[in-house]
Amino acid sequence: MAAVQDGTIELDTEKETKPEILSDGSVKLAGNTGSGALSSLPPAGGGAPKMEDQQTLIAVLQFLKRNKLTESVDILRREAGLSDDQEDSQGTDAGGGGLGAGGKGDGDGVDAKSLLNRVSIASAAAPQSAPLPAKSGEDQPDVSVVLSAYTQQGDPSLYKVYYSDLKKFIESVLDCHRAELSQLFYPLFVHMYLELVYNNHETEAKAFFEKFSGDQECYYEDDLRVLCGLTKKEHMKGNEALLDFRTSRFVLRISRDSYQLLKRHLQERQNNQIWNIIQEHLYIDIFDGMPRSKGQIDSMSGSLGGEAKREVNKVKVYYGLLKEPEIEVPLDDEDDEAENEEGKPKKKKAKKDSMGSKSKKQDPNAPQQNRIPLPELKDSDKLDKIMYMKESTKRIRLSPDNLPSVCFYTFLNAYQGLTAVDFTDDSSLLAGGFADSTVRVWSVTPKKLRKVKSAADLNLIDKESDDVLERIMDEKTASESKILHGHSGPVYGVSFSSDRNYLLSSSEDGTVRLWSLQTFTCLVGYKGHNYPVWDTQFSPFGYYFVSGGHDRVARLWATDHYQPLRIFAGHLADVTCTRFHPNANYVATGSTDRTVRLWDVLNGNCVRIFTGHKGPIHSLAFSPNGKFLASGATDGRVLLWDIGHGLMVGELKGHTDTIYALRFSRDGEILASGSMDNTVRLWDAIKAFDDIEMDDFTAATGHIHLPDNSQELLLGTYHSKSTPVAHLHFTRRNLLLAAGAYNSQ
Amino acid sequence: MTEREERRFAEVPRESIKLMAESAGVELSEEVAALLAEDVCYRLREATQNSSQFMRHAKRRKLSVEDFNRALRWSNTETVCGYGAQDSLPFRPLKEGELFFVEDREINLVELALATNIPKGCAETMVRVHVSYLDGKGNLEPQGTGKRYIYPGSEHPKVPTSVQSLSDDLLKYYQQITRAILGEDPHLMKVALLDLQYNSKIAALLPYFVYVISGVKSVSHDLDQLNRLLHMVKSLVQNPYLYLGSYVRSLVSSVMYCILEPLAASINPLNDHWTLRDYAALLLSHIFWTHGDLVSGLYHQILLSLQKVLSDPVRPLCSHYGAVVGLHALGWKAVERVLYPHLPAYWANLQAVLDDYSVSNAQVKADGHKVYGAILVAVERLLKMKAHSLSMAAEGGSATLEGSVTGAGGFRESSPGLSPPPEPISEPPLGIASHLQAGGAGCQWEEWTPVSLPAMYCELYSFFGDSLAVRFSTDPPLGGIPPAAPCQSLDNRKEPASGAANLESTRKMPQLTASMNISPRQDGSPRTEQPPSLAATAPGRSFARSSSVSRSRSSSSRAGRSSSQSRDIFPKARFPPPQAGLPAFSFIIGGRQMGRRCQGRRFQTSFIPTPPVTSLPPRVYAHKLPVIGRVSKPVRRWTSSHYSLHLPL
Repeated sequence: MAAVQDGTIELDTEKETKPEILSDGSVKLAGNTGSGALSSLPPAGGGAPKMEDQQTLIAVLQFLKRNKLTESVDILRREAGLSDDQEDSQGTDAGGGGLGAGGKGDGDGVDAKSLLNRVSIASAAAPQSAPLPAKSGEDQPDVSVVLSAYTQQGDPSLYKVYYSDLKKFIESVLDCHRAELSQLFYPLFVHMYLELVYNNHETEAKAFFEKFSGDQECYYEDDLRVLCGLTKKEHMKGNEALLDFRTSRFVLRISRDSYQLLKRHLQERQNNQIWNIIQEHLYIDIFDGMPRSKGQIDSMSGSLGGEAKREVNKVKVYYGLLKEPEIEVPLDDEDDEAENEEGKPKKKKAKKDSMGSKSKKQDPNAPQQNRIPLPELKDSDKLDKIMYMKESTKRIRLSPDNLPSVCFYTFLNAYQGLTAVDFTDDSSLLAGGFADSTVRVWSVTPKKLRKVKSAADLNLIDKESDDVLERIMDEKTASESKILHGHSGPVYGVSFSSDRNYLLSSSEDGTVRLWSLQTFTCLVGYKGHNYPVWDTQFSPFGYYFVSGGHDRVARLWATDHYQPLRIFAGHLADVTCTRFHPNANYVATGSTDRTVRLWDVLNGNCVRIFTGHKGPIHSLAFSPNGKFLASGATDGRVLLWDIGHGLMVGELKGHTDTIYALRFSRDGEILASGSMDNTVRLWDAIKAFDDIEMDDFTAATGHIHLPDNSQELLLGTYHSKSTPVAHLHFTRRNLLLAAGAYNSQ
Repeated sequence: MTEREERRFAEVPRESIKLMAESAGVELSEEVAALLAEDVCYRLREATQNSSQFMRHAKRRKLSVEDFNRALRWSNTETVCGYGAQDSLPFRPLKEGELFFVEDREINLVELALATNIPKGCAETMVRVHVSYLDGKGNLEPQGTGKRYIYPGSEHPKVPTSVQSLSDDLLKYYQQITRAILGEDPHLMKVALLDLQYNSKIAALLPYFVYVISGVKSVSHDLDQLNRLLHMVKSLVQNPYLYLGSYVRSLVSSVMYCILEPLAASINPLNDHWTLRDYAALLLSHIFWTHGDLVSGLYHQILLSLQKVLSDPVRPLCSHYGAVVGLHALGWKAVERVLYPHLPAYWANLQAVLDDYSVSNAQVKADGHKVYGAILVAVERLLKMKAHSLSMAAEGGSATLEGSVTGAGGFRESSPGLSPPPEPISEPPLGIASHLQAGGAGCQWEEWTPVSLPAMYCELYSFFGDSLAVRFSTDPPLGGIPPAAPCQSLDNRKEPASGAANLESTRKMPQLTASMNISPRQDGSPRTEQPPSLAATAPGRSFARSSSVSRSRSSSSRAGRSSSQSRDIFPKARFPPPQAGLPAFSFIIGGRQMGRRCQGRRFQTSFIPTPPVTSLPPRVYAHKLPVIGRVSKPVRRWTSSHYSLHLPL
């Protein structure tokens, strides 16, 4: 029935000898005791273990053996009074049945870590004789049976008691622990509520919700609103976000001390229900060290799936920039051109030298040049690069004392609704996606937009002439703007290719279309997302592009493939915005689940999960050096992330509405954010990134303490009269362009 | 979310479900209806929540019917048609019961189809660009709020945020206003000008108005239009909500054009361009005093251009006239600095014109008289102000006053060389534009050495002869505060005579005259809206005020010396108290008195001069003087009206 008193002592000694991971697990064990039939705790000493318990013990023994903890094995065996034979026979039985923890451990040693965790739970629990078979079964892929078995346990009327008991406990603990343990409220609340709903205890569920929904953090408001309408089991079927919530584990980060406290409490109170949920639906990431403060927790929490696990963000990310291709000769030409002006040539040479040295030295953080195969540079690309360099020598150095000028491109008469805007990199073209399914392209320079002549006419021109590129254009079609028809739903994302030959648009109709800017016709419709595609973006080198949509995945495409090359799955809700890293090896996605994820293009893995936003993320921007990422959400905050360390490094508060546009200046000194509150704000990016003190501890744990210095970082707020800012763009000379549709209401 | 009320949501009662089912011909049991009702509620909420994402991605704040329909479509539900209109649907209660419904009027399609007024399609979607913020230093106010925004020490000319797209309303306003001002209806014009003066929301239109005003050059043949444009300037300048910024320069150049240019309208002698010039000069001083600080060096530039015109003998006399009245309007210091040094040189030219009695020269000669009169008025005021300031310094140069003056000088933040010189006597330290005006001694023109009053008087007297002396020696304010009432009565007494004179001398009558019994500043620059006008209405007050702003630089010793000298030179100088009861002789220089304000100059004034001094030393230029300058000839001509001398300049 119950384990001997000595067992617990044993446990302690065991803990000391076990490796780190195991001790992690051993912490978790305590609560297991409460589940199922087992009820008398603290255990009374002396009782002989039942058959069930024996099985468990055997499993533990096997595990210990496997880990060569012979001393522990001996002790355990002595204590439990088990013989070797018994153990062996039972062990095989258990293994065959797929119930015994040890057997299972033997069965698949592939998923070592998680399994170890599990097994350690089992092993450590053994002395206290927890009913392990059921526990370990939970590890099986076919969860549903076990799940439903669990959810049907417990008296629905007691849920309130359980919850308020826990609440009382958490409110009574020391302040330093309270904040950490309070994190439990929300996931527990949701899961308990869902369990009640799932088991058709509608009235109890409603009462439960009434009673405790007010305790939740305000940033979960949106989720609670969804929940409160959900009172029937049938409702849950259609709600994918909730299904995800149920099947995925809510991640919490709790310090060891706080966790011990919780464990002890639950142990004392035999709060099985809660313990089950913690075991089953939560992933508790335990760390050593000081408990975090409320502020620290609040800054990181808020996402649908809880915080990111620490190990998720440990993968190395090659955030450095790729080597610039060396284009030598034309640069000299340019020098010659500029020679007439005094002083200038000198400067330019210095600049060129620095550029050269930069390109020669390989950034240690940069990925291999050919890690992702990139398209060859065409002649026109080279010309463009030269233009770019020319322009960048004339670039204005921005600083807090030297803010950029702002040009506002106002869309007038956009009654159909402007939904997306993009500029070409050289700021010569402007594209707008509209809710009436059209895409319009404007030339913002005096140069008009012209189509290529028809095939018949093209036959007539002299193909040998020098100005053949000029001759193929049809003068008659010259106009300031062109309308592209093709979508059958609002266009939510537009993106120019870097060479200005193509335009991508993503729409509610589930397609991404590729348009030619030579003929102004649609070239390809990429079908793959079967739901609205919220955003799309070309890679900085062209060829690849990424799209993200309502189907909760982001897809990587190549323009010449009609099917996606990669599918980035993992977000719990819609992917709302997608951005390519400047080195094209990574893709960042922002989602309605309030997380930002970074994906490796090479293998499709998720390499970073950034949590901390309290609302759907609608804008992302990489810093030009590739080290940092900025994200803006409906909560009106901009968060800054260090990609290399996987840490939040800044929070910029000031906007009062959704941030739809983010952009770093060309040299990364200024971050501009545009919002629906009709303002553009400029932030001191350099200061924001410099102010972070990054010691080893914070780097290791990720517990950054953010200075609340938004006001110091805010360099300027620029109002438009009644024009929400839909897009921001820095020209090559660091003039800030903003775009939006005038809103007459 | 913490509040229970917030979680309430609309519910469809089972009765409604039953009704709807019945209308579809289905009979529902109670339980089924209840279940259905609940499910319908849930599905509705779900659809609403789903539709909000379409709203968010469309970058809108307002959930539209279209969004909701999209959500329905994606959940494989039939969409709701007929509610896609942009305008809000009227939601009304029914009085009898607690029933609310959306008003759904019937539309007569036939009428709509056969209607002759075809509705205009909405304009083409377009992109318009404008520089909102230059160097990140834009107007931090939201655009178009029309708030006045002045950067006190800023050197950057502001690009007005208003370059942004004009709203339709503004465009309409602009058209209406310009049409009204330049149109025929005087009443409409008045209304338009008045609105321009007080409208707080026209900041966005300022560049357009300035552009219109700069059109003076194209209508130089039309005095009426010029006048209207000048009125427009005045309204803009007086609008307290407008920040003129660098547009001041443009306005000033337009006004200067009216003052100085030989307008096409001046070719016809019947055109009264003199009045226009006077008005423009008055406007110039107004702009300058209220907005002069917006453009650095403006004063200097104006003076330079005036000087240039004055020193250019090729220019017609009307231009010279403009320059003189311009200088006069800018204050006595400007006169002292520019006109006075130029006088000897200019005098020769004027003399030549005035001495030519040929018939062909009659018109030019008449113009010459105008200039002569203008100069006379200007120098008279100069003398008066100067004497006044000296006497002030002599009388009240106590330590406290000095202190207050230096305080006033320190108050000026701009560089003294560029700032307008003060008119300490007449400028009250308070008032609407006091902070803009020059004040105190810090504004002395460094390189300019003041000529002592007696020397100046001497020279001027040599030009003007007795006509000057008469005025000067009888200035009432010199002995203290002159009683206002006698002056008024004098004025009144002489009014009819002058009016008659005006009537008979339509065109040939001189424009200028000086009134010596009102505040000296007022006499030359009849700016109606200015603080000096206050002083004019209450000379005593102006006097009292002026004492506190007396010039600090004129040391008491120098003042004393100069006063003693002047006593020597002028036996009947103004420094001793005036002879009581002496003013038996009134001297009016006829002024054209037109409209109450701005149309003409209100100079028509009376003097109380003493009889001309006979014991003066022989004058160097006396023999050159034309008869008009002398007492002899006018006196002969006007013997009948001996005491009301109308000087036909």
